[in-house]
Order: sequence, then C-alpha cells, then structure tokens
Amino acid sequence: MSFRESVRVALTAIRANRLRSGLTVLGVVIGVMSVVLLVAVGSGARAVVTAGVEDLGSNLLLVAPGTFEFGQAPTRSQFTLGDVEDLSRQLGERARVAGSIASGERVRSDTGAAFTSVIGVTADFTDVVNRPIARGEFLNESDIATARRVAVLGASAADGLFGGIDPIARQITVGGLRYRVIGTVEPLGSALGVDRDSQVYIPLTAAQRLFGIRTIDTLFVRGADRADLDGVAETVEQVLGERFGSDEFSILSQDEILGVAGRILDTLTLVLAAIAGISLLVGGIGVSNIMLVSVSERTREIGLRKALGARTPEITRQFLVEAIVLCGIGGLLGAATGIGLSYVADRFTPVPAQVTGWSVALAFGVSVAVGVIFGVFPARRAGRLDPVTALRRE
Amino acid sequence: MPSASTPDTVLDEASVIAVRDVTRSYRVGERAEGVHALRGVSFDVRPGEFVAIVGPSGSGKSTLLNLLGALDRPTTGTVHIDGSDVAGLSDTRLARLRNLQIGFVFQQFHLLARTSALDNVALPLIYAGVGRRARAEQARAALEAVGLGHRVDHHPTELSGGEQQRVAIARAVVTDPRILLADEPTGNLDTATGNDVMGLLERLNAERGAALVVITHDMEVAARAPRQIRLRDGRVERERRESPA
Ligand SMILES: Nc1ncnc2c1ncn2[C@@H]1O[C@H](COP(=O)(O)OP(=O)(O)O)[C@@H](O)[C@H]1O
Ligand SMILES: [Mg+2]
Repeated sequence: MSFRESVRVALTAIRANRLRSGLTVLGVVIGVMSVVLLVAVGSGARAVVTAGVEDLGSNLLLVAPGTFEFGQAPTRSQFTLGDVEDLSRQLGERARVAGSIASGERVRSDTGAAFTSVIGVTADFTDVVNRPIARGEFLNESDIATARRVAVLGASAADGLFGGIDPIARQITVGGLRYRVIGTVEPLGSALGVDRDSQVYIPLTAAQRLFGIRTIDTLFVRGADRADLDGVAETVEQVLGERFGSDEFSILSQDEILGVAGRILDTLTLVLAAIAGISLLVGGIGVSNIMLVSVSERTREIGLRKALGARTPEITRQFLVEAIVLCGIGGLLGAATGIGLSYVADRFTPVPAQVTGWSVALAFGVSVAVGVIFGVFPARRAGRLDPVTALRRE
Repeated sequence: MPSASTPDTVLDEASVIAVRDVTRSYRVGERAEGVHALRGVSFDVRPGEFVAIVGPSGSGKSTLLNLLGALDRPTTGTVHIDGSDVAGLSDTRLARLRNLQIGFVFQQFHLLARTSALDNVALPLIYAGVGRRARAEQARAALEAVGLGHRVDHHPTELSGGEQQRVAIARAVVTDPRILLADEPTGNLDTATGNDVMGLLERLNAERGAALVVITHDMEVAARAPRQIRLRDGRVERERRESPA
C-alpha cells in the first residue's frame, strides 16, 4: 500500500468516526491556538513598547539611578537639582537637560477630582521630553526657583477636572495646597503603558516639598546633534562621575532602553509560548489517549483488515497517519483560530496582538510532531493485534 | 468408498488445503494444561470442493477455520494452503495468502460502519495494491455478481441482514480467491434469507471454482454440502461424503 493510499484510508477512517475525530482534534486546536495567540500578544506588547520608546525621540538620553539591569532591585536616586544645573552648564549648546520626580496624588478642582500622576519637572521639560503646550504656557525658570504653586495639566487631566470649562487661571488642590493652572498640554496618547494625558505638572521644587524629598528621580538630556550624542553621554558620565560611583547611575540611550525592554518582553513572550506549549503537549496526550481508545474500539476493524490481507506495518501506518492527519488538521484549525482571535483582540480590546510567522509555523510543526510521537504507541499496538483475538471481540 | 482423509495419506498435490494431525491448544491464565481446542485433525480440501464442517458448540470449528484461513498457526501438525506450509510462512506471506487466495464470510458480517458497500467490498483490493479506478470497477462487478448492483452507495445500516451478508460475500470473492471460508454465514439470518445466502455461496462455488468450506451447526445448511466433516471435542468424529453424481 502506497503512502498516498495510507492517507486516503486514514482520511476515510477519520470521516467515518467524525465525532471522535473532532474531539481528538479539539485538544490540538486549543494548544496551537494558544501558542499563536499568546505569542501574538507578547509580540504586540513588544511593538507597543518599541513605539513608545521611539516616541521619546532618538536624541534623548535617560539618566537613571542604579545599574538598571534586569533582575536588579531599583536604587534610590541621589540626583539633585544641582546636578541638572551643573549638567546644563557643562553641556552648554550641545544639549538641554531636564529632571523629574513623580508620585500618585489626589488632585481636586471645584468641579472634579482624580487620583493621578503628579510630576515635578524643571522648566526645560516641555522641550526635552516633548510636551507641546495647547493653551497658556509651561512652567518657567522663576516658577522653579521660587517653588511657585502653579500647574500645567495634561489633556485628559484638564478634561477630568474641569469638564468643558477653560482651566487657565483656575485653582486645583494637590496634597492640601492650592495651585493655579497656567497651561494645558496637547493630547499625546499613552506610551509604555503610561497615560501621558492624565499627568499634572508642577515645579520640581514645589513637588520636592510636597513629596518631602530633596532628590530627583530621572534626568533627561536631549542632544542638539545626533552625531554628538556619544560625546554628550561622555560629558554626562564625567560630570556625574565626580559625585557618584559608577554603579549609582546609568545613562541609557533609546537603543539601550529598547534593548532592556526588548529582553524583558522576549522573556515574557517565551514564557507565554512555553505555557501555550504545555497546553499543546496536553493536547498531544489527549490524542494519544483517544487513539488508544480508538484502537481498542476498532479492534474488530483491525482484525477484519488483517483477515482481508493487511500486514502489520500497514495497520500501524494507517493509525499513525490518522494521528498525524488529525493533528495536522488540528494544527491548521488552531493556527486559523489563533490568527483570527489575535486580530479580534488587537482590533476590539486594549490588548495589543501581532501574529508572528514563526509562532504559526512552529505551532503547526509541533502539532504534527505531536501526532507522530503520540500516535506511534497506539499505532504499534494496533499493528500487533492478533487477528483471531481481534475478530472474536464483541 | 475412497477416503482422502486418513492421517497416513501423503500430501495430495491437487489439494488446496491439506490438514495433517493438527492440534491447537490455548493457554488460559496460569493453567499449564490449557484448552485443547483441536486434538489431532486431518483432511484435505480439493479445488472447487464444497465441504460443510459441523459439530456442537465448542467442538473446535472456529479454531479449525482460523487455521484454514491462515489467521492462526497450529500448535502441532501441519496446514498446507495452496501448497505452502503455513508454519513456514512469514507474517507478510500469510497476509498475502489471506489477501489473494482466501475469502472470509463471518456470522457477524464484519462490515465497516459508515462506509459504503462499494468501499467495503474494495477493502481487500487496497491491500492487494490495486489502483483506485480498478478497485471501484472490480468492487462494482462483485456487488453485481451478488445481486447488489443497485446498492453500491448504501451504508451497512441502510441494508437488511441478508443484503449485508451479500456485501460481505462480494468482499470475499472480489480478489477471486481459491478458497471461500464461511463461519456460520446464516447464523444471524432467518431461514429464507439464509437459504438465499447459501444459494449464492453455492453458485459462486460452482461458477468460480473456489473451494467452499462452511461451518454450521444448522443440519439443513450442512445437508446442502456433498461432503460433511463432523467435529466433536476437537476430533473428526465422522465424515460423510455423497458419491459423486
Ligand atoms: N482464543 C481462545 N482462548 C482460549 N480458549 C479458546 C479460544 N478460542 C477458542 N477457545 C476454546 O476452544 C474450544 C473450541 O472453540 P471454538 O473453536 O470457538 O468452537 P466452535 O466454533 O465449534 O464453537 C472452546 O472450548 C473454546 O472455549
Ligand atoms: Mg464458532
């Protein structure tokens, strides 16, 4: 019997046992679907992060406390406003420097209230980190120097606190103190999972007083010239190196942030794929189980086929091909549903999902391999059945 | 009266089946003794002959038929089928022998469910390596030969018992074997249908020249055969042969 003939016999048998075939396939469908869907979600998250980091602009350097390595506990920042001023002076025309501290705070107005992210920033923040002003103006040097109680609202923060009313010159309360709104920021959307529009900006010095600290969390340095970015980073390292140990701060470029985030997300994607892989394995065990039941239920069929002239390897091959074809069908259906669900998730839910070719190919390949591995045992058992005993079975 | 069935007879070249001093024991559980289903049986079947094997339940008829059908090997003694000693054949050769030279008809029909009559009949041809077109043609011809040319696409559940057994008979003769073996072929049928089925088997036996061995405990069925072998407790108790017409 040729291989094509085996496939034909297997397909006929699969069709003749439709319900059981469907149930067998189901486990594989779910397994392959999970692999495709979860890897798509992992890749989608990676794409969102990449877009978010790219949004920062390519000339930006981030100076963060600690060594910023995956698995390392975050370090308490020791940066101060003096560092921002020093860096600014040293870099001159080559770059502009800003600093920020942030905390979740309850913010109230006469017409609304919200728990949101309050960020203390220096005057250059609007240009360095790109916060274009929609109305009014941003915080200026004198606001910072005198810790003046003024605030700039993100687009949705303004909406939430004041509804349709123009918030300029109105009052908000943060931590029991009143601030005067002097400007609003253009809508920006969210980046890296942070809703930038809900943020409220106040002078860095005012924020330090409000939070009861004297340090700054993060420094931002925007180089004037892309070609000079390495030089700028060197200067930053020199200036800060006089004050801090080399393990107390790190300078991250856009590429480095992408690298760190990418590694974290690749790990996440792999973990998701592994979990889904387990469900595929369970599907495979299901196939093996149902194939064994099938062999046992079809004992008489096997006996008959042998009586009619089927040889042991032909029976084995029939059941093996059946398992492989079932898993192959399951793989195709699973890949199709996985792709479909990824599309639906991406389109209609906040979960980002991006189907990757390798996950579809891998999941389908694994499902066929599962058919081979988990089909062999039942198939060999079928092939070895003694025709006389098999035919006597009721 | 000539006897072709004494244990001393030398192997007859003209026999399609030659059984010599055959025993068959089954090991059952831990018992060393086992069940002696056959205790020394010898006889020959000539080409085109029609033999009935009768005997009470448990006398070893099915065990004997399995040996004649190359489904099983004797514990001691020899079974020659179509000139070959079954004990000396590989599993592959035995499968080939069953495929090409032997046609089985069972009491329970043993048709594949949810499979058309045509595909059921074509089953042995798959293992004979016949191509798809030729298979369909030969299977259709076999179904026509048993009077079921109008039922090729029907599934077993859509056929009466008699029709199902006819499909099984078509399947048995589709490879044009030299030997037809039937184990209680009328056992699941009413008398009238059983008679039709026996008539069909006899006609195929006569037309195609295939030896026909029918196991039955129905004396009326047995009486249709020119030669009867009666088994009791695993031995040939009596053999009766009508003198050739
Ligand atoms: N596979 C087997 N294992 C054990 N005992 C068996 C087996 N097949 C048949 N026997 C025993 O052998 C004897 C003959 O059985 P069988 O050939 O089926 O008789 P018959 O067909 O004449 O009714 C019985 O006692 C039966 O129980
Ligand atoms: Mg019996």
